[in-house]
Amino acid sequence: MSLLELNRIGHAFFGRTVLEGITLGVARQEIVALVGPSGSGKSTLAHIAAGLVEPREGRIARNYLRHAMIFQEPRLMPWATAAGNIGFPLRLSRAPRRMRRQMIADAALRAGLLPEDLGKYPSELSGGMRQRAAIARALVTDPDFIYFDEPFTALDVALKRRMQDLVIEAAASARFAALFITHDLLEAIRISHRILVLDAGGRGIAGERLPPGSPGTRDEAAIFALRQHYLTADPLFAHIHDIDERLRP
Amino acid sequence: MSLLSACLDRLARLGRFLWSAWAGLAGLALIGALWQAGHEAYGDFILTAPLDTLAAAARLLREGRAQELLALTTARALAGFGLCTLIGTLFGVVAGYSPATLRLSRPILTLLLGVPPIAWIVLAMIWFGPSDLTVAVTILISATPVVFVGAVEGVVTRDRGLDDMARVVGAGPLRRFLFVSARQISAQLFPALILALGSAFKVAIMAELLANAGGIGGALARARAMLDIAEALAWVSLAVAALIAVEYVLIRPVRAELERWREAAAPWGVKR
Repeated sequence: MSLLELNRIGHAFFGRTVLEGITLGVARQEIVALVGPSGSGKSTLAHIAAGLVEPREGRIARNYLRHAMIFQEPRLMPWATAAGNIGFPLRLSRAPRRMRRQMIADAALRAGLLPEDLGKYPSELSGGMRQRAAIARALVTDPDFIYFDEPFTALDVALKRRMQDLVIEAAASARFAALFITHDLLEAIRISHRILVLDAGGRGIAGERLPPGSPGTRDEAAIFALRQHYLTADPLFAHIHDIDERLRP
Repeated sequence: MSLLSACLDRLARLGRFLWSAWAGLAGLALIGALWQAGHEAYGDFILTAPLDTLAAAARLLREGRAQELLALTTARALAGFGLCTLIGTLFGVVAGYSPATLRLSRPILTLLLGVPPIAWIVLAMIWFGPSDLTVAVTILISATPVVFVGAVEGVVTRDRGLDDMARVVGAGPLRRFLFVSARQISAQLFPALILALGSAFKVAIMAELLANAGGIGGALARARAMLDIAEALAWVSLAVAALIAVEYVLIRPVRAELERWREAAAPWGVKR
């Protein structure tokens, strides 16, 4: 049984169809990368799957216990400290105060935040640290499913790599499944078990590829070679870098 | 440990705030100097010397009646302010979330802002006579629009990304409002509240003066009738002092507590 099943999902903004007939499933402990050109509706699909947007048609089966989401921006509350932000889901789930502190410290450590950063406000943290806090906030409830909505797009290359490694490690140790939205093919290959390519017009899933090996074990040269192969020789990825910035949903 | 550090943090902020009072004092001294210059140019009858005014104010306070009148006017202003805070915030938040209500209330707002407070005083006098209610209603009508607009701005300019974030981690509409939106609304609301408090005092005194309802306004009317400039200026100073006291005792501490993060966001060096 899949943890997440989307069945013939369709959506439209102001009468313009952005998604149509999307069917996909994510298995237990599987990281699925969803790639597609800009404006193809990837983010919308993630928001629909996470329940933030009501789809116009189709069925969603969420068989996991708890989900979390990491957005493109950190989305931290500026008035709360890093600890307050990380602990926000715990506060909502009414976890006992005594346990909260330990859980926050654990999640922060896993996301690479130092204890002395926990008392700082988001405005005192660097961009990378903020995204780490957002990751810690997602990990703190120990979810079995995490949505990643282009989380590292705004970070520079070195930081991006570090964050990807962090996610790979966290996924291996915490055993969550994930739907990882990205337009960076390299990122998709590094991080995922399976890559789904969204049709350029949002009309269904165009196809899927299984990069050999599992995340964390692939070496950089092979990842880069595979990316080159996908981009030059694989017709599935022919439109991946097409951009029509007028077609924003 | 954390309690101790929290106390120390607040103590440090209080110290910084008190230290910054020197700047305020310098500003006041500047006004005092101008006032003194005006006094020396135009004489005692037009503009009493600042020190004489202070002496008159001290005399008024010592002689007993002043404290009573100050308390009466402050209570009236606060009652009106409390009402307009409650009603303005409530309707502002509702209108912020419901575009239809907002569109409906825009012309009403323009109307309320367009009618001068003095007209409301006349109407309220006819309706309620020279009583507390007249003052409260006048304050309510003249200060609510500011609070309303502040609350609407707070709701409209809130970061919707945070709403989505809270929804993903399982917050229903009520908790989203309490934990995420309320803080953002308060950031816009506080400047409006400070403005409303100021206008509450002004309108209270004006209403008292015109409606002959006692309080500082009544005392001002008497000073005017007797052409006692020193006493009139003394009453004005006392009213301003009361307003400042209320603002710095009631509103500023709450605001400082809610906006601690803003101070952290400011660069090191001079904190404003």
